[in-house]
Amino acid sequence: MAARGLRPVATQEAAPLFAALGDETRLQLLARLCSGGPLSITGLSRTSAVSRQAITKHLDVLSGAGLVRSRRHGRERIWELEPARLDDAHQYLAGISRQWDEALGRLKSFVER
Amino acid sequence: MSPSGTDRIEKQILLRAPQARVWRALTDAAEFGEWFRVRLDGPFVPGAHTTGHITYPGYEHLRMDVLVEQMEAETLFSFRWHPAAVDPKVDYHHEPSTLVEFRLEAVAEGTLLRLVESGFDQLPAERRETAYRMNEGGWAIQMDNIQHHVGG
Repeated sequence: MAARGLRPVATQEAAPLFAALGDETRLQLLARLCSGGPLSITGLSRTSAVSRQAITKHLDVLSGAGLVRSRRHGRERIWELEPARLDDAHQYLAGISRQWDEALGRLKSFVER
Repeated sequence: MSPSGTDRIEKQILLRAPQARVWRALTDAAEFGEWFRVRLDGPFVPGAHTTGHITYPGYEHLRMDVLVEQMEAETLFSFRWHPAAVDPKVDYHHEPSTLVEFRLEAVAEGTLLRLVESGFDQLPAERRETAYRMNEGGWAIQMDNIQHHVGG
């Protein structure tokens, strides 16, 4: 079944991804990069109550999970989204969701027979 | 939807069967076991744990342990479980669990069933990894069963 081929690959990679997403500050940073495009730490800290050091730490976590990437621009580091990784998350959730569909399908055959 | 979009799963399905029939398939432990492929040791009782073994060959080592929350006659059945409670050396009871809710509604064609599983964001990160992996194994079994069932 196609679903079985899809899931095992996604699972190994999904856990650190969800761990990285499970934090309010990091989600805010992602949202900022999503709507504001590539930004420096200075740009990100302008709208955040969190210190620059904390933001750097959070960005490192997001980077480790492959959610964002950075490049040097003069003395600053510019951060931007890694959109493919978010697609992975959606694809992974779709897999779990499909598992429920299958279980409910079994229930349906069971009560309608 | 939670901020991360990973906290809950929501489903609904129309079952062409009377509400009472669906209620029995969900809340009678033996009937639940038939379609879920688990052999439960006892009935579902609100406030009490029900344990059992997955019955699919090769997966009998997988335990199922649910804590029933609500059983409102023919309308709401809910339980909590630890999606990855498979290591006998670990006591999972103090860890956050996910909540599974089945809501039933009579409609002209039969019964509308709504399912929500929520609380994934509360699981410890390392457990969540296992939870998803176990979930994957568990639901892969379900898929196999369907294939056998339909002769695939």
